[in-house]
Amino acid sequence: MEEILSNRSGEKIILLGNEAIVRGALESGVNFVSTYPGTPASEIGNIFYKIAKEVGVYFEFSVNEKVALEAGIGASFSGLKTLVAMKNFGLNVCLDALIPFVYTGSKGATVIIVADDPSCHSSAQSEENSRFIAEAAHIPVLEPADPQECKDFVKLGYEISEKFKIPVIIRTTTRVAHQKAPVILGEIKNLPKPEAGFVKNKNQFVTLPPRVLEMKKELIEKIEKIKVFSEKSNLNKVVGNNKSKIGILSSSISYLYVMEALKELNLNIPVLKLGFFYPLPEKKINNFIKPLKKVLIVEELEPYLEKEVKRLAKEANCKLEVMGKKLLPEIGELKPEYVTSAIAKITGKKYKFAISNLKSPIAKRLPQLCPGCPYWLVISAIKKAVDVSKVIFGGEIGCYMLFGNSPVDLQDYLSCMGSSVGIAHGIKKATGQKIISFVGDSSFFHAGIPALINTVFNKSNPLIIILNNQTTAMTGHQPHPVSAEAGTGIKIENVVKACGVKYVKTIDQSNQEEFVNTVKEFLEKDEVSVIIATLPCRFVAKK
Amino acid sequence: MVKSLEQFNMVIVGTGGQGLITLLQIISEAALAEGYDIRTSELHGLSQRGGSVEVHIRFGKKIYSPLVMRAKADLILGLEMQEILNGIYFANPKTKFLINQFVIPISLKKPLSENETLNQLKKISKNITIIPADKICQEKLQNSVVSGIYLISFATFKNLIPLKSESIQKAIRKIIPEKFLELNLKAFNLAKSRS
Repeated sequence: MEEILSNRSGEKIILLGNEAIVRGALESGVNFVSTYPGTPASEIGNIFYKIAKEVGVYFEFSVNEKVALEAGIGASFSGLKTLVAMKNFGLNVCLDALIPFVYTGSKGATVIIVADDPSCHSSAQSEENSRFIAEAAHIPVLEPADPQECKDFVKLGYEISEKFKIPVIIRTTTRVAHQKAPVILGEIKNLPKPEAGFVKNKNQFVTLPPRVLEMKKELIEKIEKIKVFSEKSNLNKVVGNNKSKIGILSSSISYLYVMEALKELNLNIPVLKLGFFYPLPEKKINNFIKPLKKVLIVEELEPYLEKEVKRLAKEANCKLEVMGKKLLPEIGELKPEYVTSAIAKITGKKYKFAISNLKSPIAKRLPQLCPGCPYWLVISAIKKAVDVSKVIFGGEIGCYMLFGNSPVDLQDYLSCMGSSVGIAHGIKKATGQKIISFVGDSSFFHAGIPALINTVFNKSNPLIIILNNQTTAMTGHQPHPVSAEAGTGIKIENVVKACGVKYVKTIDQSNQEEFVNTVKEFLEKDEVSVIIATLPCRFVAKK
Repeated sequence: MVKSLEQFNMVIVGTGGQGLITLLQIISEAALAEGYDIRTSELHGLSQRGGSVEVHIRFGKKIYSPLVMRAKADLILGLEMQEILNGIYFANPKTKFLINQFVIPISLKKPLSENETLNQLKKISKNITIIPADKICQEKLQNSVVSGIYLISFATFKNLIPLKSESIQKAIRKIIPEKFLELNLKAFNLAKSRS
């Protein structure tokens, strides 16, 4: 941890992708950092939480990603150099604030980290590919492949943001964010902190029509200028033998698999490595594909680059054979062996793995609630209180989504944060069936409160169990509004009451009898009811 | 072991909470100290909590992919007897298996016997070493939490990992917090005396 602050410029140290992002922000002189924790981006916030005071940076865990981005927008409007970090689903949460921010543009340079998780190693809900945002919001997106690039691209992101007054997204994936490799340190300059001040400027900050459409025009012109920058940038570079008629186009982690595969196959063919996902350097791509007969596009998940190359090839080289998802999976992350097989196929090289089709005879273990987790007591109380086959159980995001695994099996639907309550309301309105929905403490503040108010406003009667373990446990025990270190004095029960809920009880779940009886009693109510289970996560209790 | 260090590929398999990431850090720091290029891959978050976990460590002259390619592992270290089977995807006939003789039951299932596991592994490679590291550390140090440190130290003394044992020792000093350092160094020394 001390190493990340090392001022020995030129030194080579091992950093995790997320640590390199922090280092890049520090070397750029970041002033303001906000985030909501989400794997695989969580370490960025965890590190700033530890070092912020020492390095003179403002840091906060915000209540959700939308608020985190809005805080960042405010800081940027006031002239501060800003970093906002989130996982892919966080991007969905903050989308409403993000799109107008690209219209207004940034004042203080702003970089937004978005971490995708192909193969859903640490994500329920969907295998989301955040690349969609680039076209939708007209926001520049850079894709680093390794920790060194994480650091360098963050710095370049700030330069682009500074130069063009636009926020820039750095998109990582699990295998980039959680990759360790040597990184050569740059200098952390002791820049004087910029004088923060919000200077009124309707023309820039107010997206009211008719001005908003002029802003859109200005934004599109900005992107054209950034495209010229992208064309010249060495982030988009060709490596390997230019004479071959077969080429490869790739980016991010997939590029590392391509290079590994070429080494394994002992091949030397040209590779266009793209650091910019948006705007794409179209001329560079055209020049690359012009002399080729075949090109293989190596990218994870949906074929965004493949579609672009097919579109460009129509003019640049209409006979070009463009291959991608024909040879590589669209679901799940890529692996070096998949890329090796695909390249062997297009080049006609014979390649066989030393072993064929031996499968492990044991299934991979699923994660479980920790031994001693206070949620076990909630599970046991519910199993004592109700016939679980006759009650619907709403789940959502946090440790308690593991209620879906056997032998617990208390989860009949699972979607995004806060949704257990919103969906319960809809099912109640549609069917009147009995429902218990679970919502975590951090989740309740993140997105549960509007849904709870909606059950009061539109009158439905699910039983909601708020699991207050006093921390954001799943992502590594970050503080939230009612955790002890926050010291806000907010009480969930008061919030629930203020939402207009009449039947609310705060219970220590080790008092099983009271918990069981309250579940039975509240399930019969004709209005929404809430139980708040108060035992802390054992890792918080240990602190 | 004579090995041109073009590349060394290692996979560690175990369950979330067994300290795989610490072992990864120690081996990477040792490899960096010896001047190698390094890339590793690890998983955090939901993938912990007692689920199956694998981490990848690669070092050598020039390394691109952080993931070990299928059938390309030089060493597969299993921190649990059954989990080693989740590593066979990376094995070839020359791969060495080093296994902790320690079983964590999979919920609702009867654990595979040691022989069942070994029969599966032997179909691929005969280079199998089983060490009761948890038992040894519990008996000699009254703490089995350092069994992973014991195993990577053992692997280095036995040249299963082509790094100098001093590099591993130095890396332990660098990575392990002061509070636990003595216990971890004892595990290193214990491995030295046993190898």
